[in-house]
Formats: sequence, C-alpha cells, structure tokens
Amino acid sequence: MIRRLGGDIPVKDVRIADAACPAPFAPGLEFSPPARGTWNIVHTGMLIPEAHEIFVCAEGCLRGVVLTAAEMGASDRFSTVAVRENNVTDGDLEDSLIEGVTDILEKLPKKPPAVLVYTSCIHHFMGADLPHIYKTLRERFPDIDFTDCYMNPIMRKSGLTPDQLMRRQLYSLLHGAPRREKTVLIAGNDFMTDDGGDFPAHLREHGWELCEIQRCKTYAEYQALAGAALCVTNQPAAIPGGKLLSERFGMTHHHLPISFDYGEIEANWKTFCAAAGIPEPDFDSLAERCEDMLTEAKREIGDAPIEIDYTVTSRPLSLALMLIRHGFCVTRIYLDGVSGEEAEDFAALQKRAPDLLLSPTVDPVMRVRPRETREKTLAVGQKAAWFTGSGYFVNLVENGGLYGYEAVRGMAVLMRDAWRTPKDARRLIQIKGMGCASCL
Amino acid sequence: MCVMSLKQTARILSTYAGDTSGVCSALFELGGMTVMHDASGCNSTYNTHDEPRWYDMDSLVFISALSETEAILGDDQKLIDDTVRAVRDLSPAFVALAGTPIPMMTGVDLEAVARQIEDECGIPAFGFDTDGMHSYTSGASKAFAALAKRIVREPKKKTDRLSVNLLGVTPLDFSVTGTERTMKNLLEESGIGVVSSWAMSASLEEIAECAKACVNLVVSSSGLGAAAVMRARFGIPFVVGTPCGGKMREEIVTALRQSAEDGADRILPESDPDARCVVIGEGVTAASLAHALRRETGIPTRAICATDGFAELHPMHVPQATDEDDIIPLLSGAETVIADPLYRPIVPDTARFIPLPHEGFSGRIWRRDIPDLADGLTEWIDKNGLGR
Repeated sequence: MIRRLGGDIPVKDVRIADAACPAPFAPGLEFSPPARGTWNIVHTGMLIPEAHEIFVCAEGCLRGVVLTAAEMGASDRFSTVAVRENNVTDGDLEDSLIEGVTDILEKLPKKPPAVLVYTSCIHHFMGADLPHIYKTLRERFPDIDFTDCYMNPIMRKSGLTPDQLMRRQLYSLLHGAPRREKTVLIAGNDFMTDDGGDFPAHLREHGWELCEIQRCKTYAEYQALAGAALCVTNQPAAIPGGKLLSERFGMTHHHLPISFDYGEIEANWKTFCAAAGIPEPDFDSLAERCEDMLTEAKREIGDAPIEIDYTVTSRPLSLALMLIRHGFCVTRIYLDGVSGEEAEDFAALQKRAPDLLLSPTVDPVMRVRPRETREKTLAVGQKAAWFTGSGYFVNLVENGGLYGYEAVRGMAVLMRDAWRTPKDARRLIQIKGMGCASCL
Repeated sequence: MCVMSLKQTARILSTYAGDTSGVCSALFELGGMTVMHDASGCNSTYNTHDEPRWYDMDSLVFISALSETEAILGDDQKLIDDTVRAVRDLSPAFVALAGTPIPMMTGVDLEAVARQIEDECGIPAFGFDTDGMHSYTSGASKAFAALAKRIVREPKKKTDRLSVNLLGVTPLDFSVTGTERTMKNLLEESGIGVVSSWAMSASLEEIAECAKACVNLVVSSSGLGAAAVMRARFGIPFVVGTPCGGKMREEIVTALRQSAEDGADRILPESDPDARCVVIGEGVTAASLAHALRRETGIPTRAICATDGFAELHPMHVPQATDEDDIIPLLSGAETVIADPLYRPIVPDTARFIPLPHEGFSGRIWRRDIPDLADGLTEWIDKNGLGR
C-alpha cells in the first residue's frame, strides 16, 4: 500500500507469475497519462498524399482531432462537420453529412483527389445509412475518391478497432495498378521502414523494390502501391489492411510480426525469402552483430533497473524476454493487456522471470502512484518515462520503423544512448504523433 | 436534394473545448473525482488540449471506458460499480459524472446514477447532462452552479470589508500564465478582499465558505450559473466583467461597491455594434476587452461571442456566432480583428489581424504567447499599435 493523504492506495502491480493472460487487470475507470507520442487516426490518415480529411462528430469529440491537425500544421487538409442535438432528434444525420461535406468541398481553394470522411459513434448508434452517404458524395463529386473512415471508439471492443480500420482504409482508395514484379509493399505501419536496416538492404541487393505509403509524395505515386507483388505487415493492427490488399489486388500477404527473438526473426526472414524467391541472408552474422550491440549496452547499463511500456513496441514482452536473456535487469512492464502475438513470450517470462512486475497504465490508482524511483532507472518508452519520472528514457513509439535484427540492434543503441544522456521528458513525451510535424 | 441550413461546417476553423471538458476544468483543483461517461477520446482530448495542469497536478479525472455492449444494454451498473471502486481506492471529496454524446443518445440519467453513488459512498455526487455538443462555458457553468447549490454553506456573517468571489476562472479562459493571480492582486490593491476563486488556486472549503462575500464578480460566462444560484440562495448580487486594464478595473471596482450597497446586478461590458475593430472569443472576456479597448484608446470595438450564449448577457449586445458560416459575415467591413491565431484564415484580407491566443480554442499551441491583460493591457496595446 502507498500512504497518501486521506488513506492508503492499493498497489495494482502483479507478478507475471501470478498474472492472467490476456487480461492481467480488472477493467474499470481509466486514466490517461500525458504521453502522446503514439499516432492517432488524424496522423495516420494524413499519410495519403494530397488527401483531405473531414471529421463528422460532436464538437467535443472534434476538438482533439482538429487540434491534432493544427499542431501538425495540416489545418488546410482538415475540415469538420459538427453533429448537434438537432441532428439526433431530427434524424437527419445523412443529409447533414452530405450537405456539410459538399459545402466544405465547394469552399476549398482546390479540390483534393481524395477525401477521407470520418463518421462517429453517433452515426453507428443512429444507424446512419453510410452506403447512401458515400454513394451520393461519389455521384456529386465524380472526380474525387471518397473513403469511409471511423472515429467510433465505442466500437473498440466490437469487431475491428478504429486503429485497425484506419490502417486498412489507408489502402481502400487504391484503384488497381499494373503489376510490378519484384516489388513488396510494407503496409499498415505509421513509420517508414528504416532504410539502413537489413531488410531494405537485402531487398535491394536482390533486385527488389520496397514501397510504402510514407515514401509516396503524390496521389499518383500512392496509386502505384496497388501494383506490388507482395504485401508484408508486421503490426497486429495492420493485418486487416494486408488482407484487403490481398483480396483486392491479388498481392500475396504475409504477416511477419515484429519480434526480438532470433528464432522468430529468422523464421520471418525465411518466409519472406521463400515468397520472394531470393536467397536467405547470413543469419549467424546478423545475430552476431546484435550480440555485439547488446554486449556494449549491457556493459554500460549494467544491472540498473529497466522498465518498459507497451507503446514502445507491439512486442514489449518479447523485448523484455530478449533483454532478460542477455542479463539485463528488467523489473517492470507497463501494459493493460497481452496481445495474442505475445502469448508465448508471456509464458516464457512466467518461467524465466516470475517476479517481473506488470503494472497497468490506465488504472485510476496510477494517477497518484509516486512517479519516482529509488535509483537511476532506464525507462523504455514514453509511458515508462512518465511513470518512473526518469529522464533516462528511450523516446520511441511503435518500434520507430525498426524491424528484424535491426530492431534488436537499434533498441540496444537507443538504450545505451538513453542511459548516457538524460532527456527532457516533460517536453518530449507531450508532443503528439512522434515523427510527424509539430509546431510545439 | 434536401436543402439545409449549412451552419455546422468548418472548412478550416478549430472548435472550442466542449462542455464535458468544461465540467472537468471547473472542478479540477477541488479534490473531487470527475468521470467522463464516454468510450474513449474525451480523456486524451481533455488532458492534452484543454487541461494545462494535467502534467503537474494529480487531479482525479477519468473516463468510464463505455463499450458498445454496455451502451446498448443500458448497463449503468458498471459505471456505478467502477466509480464506487475508484472512490474506495482514492478517497475523493466528491464525485462528478459528465455526459458525452452516447449517454445523451441512450438517455442515461446521470443525476440518478450520481444519487446511487452518493448513497453507496457517502460523499456528494453530481450528474451533469453535458453531451459534447456545447462549448466549455456551458459545462463549467453547470459545474459551478452545482457547487453553489450543494457545497456552499449559509454564511454565519459577511466579511467586515468589501469582498468578492471571482466566478468563472478556469485555464480555458485564463490559461496558467498568471492572470488569475493578477486579478486577485488588483482587487486586493483596490481594497476588495477575494474570498474565493472559482476555481483556480482554490480549495473546496474556501468555496463552501464563500457566501460570506458581499458581491460575486463574474469574469467569464462560466461563472454565470453559480452567480444566479448564489443570488437566489443568499441574495448575493453579481457584477459581470473581466478586469482588463486600468480603466476597466476602476469601473469594476466602482460597480462592485455600488452592488454591495444597492444589491443590484450589473453587467459592465458594452460592445459597439457598428465598430470596425472586432474581438472574437468567449462572451464576457471578449466583450470586456472590447469595452476596455474603447476606454483606453478611444477605438470603438465590438465583440463576437463564439461560445455558447447566455440569456443573462443580452445587455452586452454581443452577437453569438459559433460556426464559420456565421462568423465570416460578421467580419465583413472589419478593419481590425483580434482573435485566436487559428481564426486568421477567415479574416478578410483587408483587415489587420492581431493574434490573441485563447486556450479554450487553440489549446496549448500558443500558450507561451497568451498575455496577462488584467495588468498588461497598456503594453499589449502599444505592442500591437492600437493606441491613438
């Protein structure tokens, strides 16, 4: 228990050996720590070059997305239609949306080639006729591509989550393009794959081209993505997008998840090389380079406590397991649930490090939990930085474009650098959408 | 084709903080626990863009994480159970439940839910019928009115000297750049005691004891609800006006003294409907700045209220316009427009634009540029070349 004015506060941490999978903590009210580096649906939608976003929602909900666009300097690509009580009582959600979007498009100085129309929880609950809405808009503006996007967090536990839908809809505007053999599309990531990594280098060496939405500068370049022969996803939330690309354009889709386990990384490589018909890289050599980096990081960090949060990577348990196997002292992981991809890592950690603590990030008691540590602590991720109060932190979200062996090496380097030089957590972690433009 | 009034679009404008955020902001420092009854999104919007105190003050503001199934089944019990559990963990002084669009649509009776929580926890609990479709002033006004009804106690006696409560003080209008402290200091320097500030740098106990004040000074429309309740409960008169520069301050001090004497309410800011200098913003602060500019510089100035309107403010002659389509015509012929920087794209090319960042509109983007106009109006006028 933590002593506090007015009483004791229960500690919600749980040893991993005692934790349930996939839900270690009871649901309840939720707290939101001020770490904002992860992307939201505004950031992701803006990846489509030249596209315009129109959100249709209550003003209170619009506020967060309007200011996301404003902070990233993209207000000229962003508009809104407010849903008010009269729309709910009059049942004119369809007409108000159609007329509102029409009004905005007629006022824009230049018609965009594509418009992402985001509907909300209200449209879902009122049973708004979305097919009619999009059909009418397409008839009115035949030169504009419209797609349906969603800001309906109430559906986050029913079917595809808004995050999955957004990553899928990124590719819904593709028309189809001539097949480009020896081209692979990495789909559904917020970050562009690091060009210096093993994967892009190996592709280039064997005559393959890597294409990603982040590399497209124009809407025409974006359209060419549909011609890729292979599609690879590595974030769990990107899988529906990969399936869409496979179904619509005949791409062969492989989900090759991010991992920090050499065996899994090697298996992913083998799957890809077989699909592409290219030789496998020298796995021993790649692993050896990782070992060198990890040894160097361990030499500097020593036995200092390390705390990891789930926003730094989709595989925080895989990362923790790898670090523990290499002698690092990982003491705590901040997460609210365990993804299906991590079930084996969870079980392995229960055996290997039964005292490893799991802490929730959204439980209300986390609001008042002391944000300090007794000794110098390395935080891996922005939420870990907030909860530990440590300036020694790895400032990274969603793997930051690191993949495969490169992710292991990159993480080792980032940890070493974070350990050497403290950062201004207060300033850095409050910036929305890490890697996007920001006026803050 | 359906022909509709197109009054709800924003090609490029931002939107003001919502009423749900207004509730949270009003109650933030008072030791309670506020729960936004919503799926998700309201919480990060509030604490990223609407709440500059979030990083440094451990206020208990949470979200209920409403799911589709709970909404469809009308499972209010989960909200009650989760809230009661958090109350037992964290021991807040009171509970406030703030509604959002889905609870409005499904007809959740948040007042009834609050009563049940109050029965189980033994602390005051409030339910607010906010729905995310109104501006923060509406939500904050409701929250302050509820405090005035339930928390403020009958005074044993009035203060010996002239004293006031500042009503409607939230960072959404005054940020965290020192204006709240300046307003207090200026009143104290004028011989007027400040009993409480609703609700920055205030405690729940100060607010409970605030009926000993002689007059309420409503510095933003967020304070109007509490002013009306305290007028009805305790006969405390109110003066509407935001301290803004020396002359406006003198008028406010005079009005406070008069109201303490005669018990009459007074609304000070006057907007000149034909003026070519325009201030856009929250009703009371914008009208007060317009009034102060005219007093300090002689430049006729009018205000546009871009947040929710309040019937009590009709005497200010400030038009309310919340949508881009409504605001643009009101700027026709303007020579000078003073507004948040995010208004710049709709200001006519022929007008001079003077940016005045407003936390309730652009959030944190220009926080460091928000001036303290309570004491620094003259410098701000000089800096922007508004003097004659």
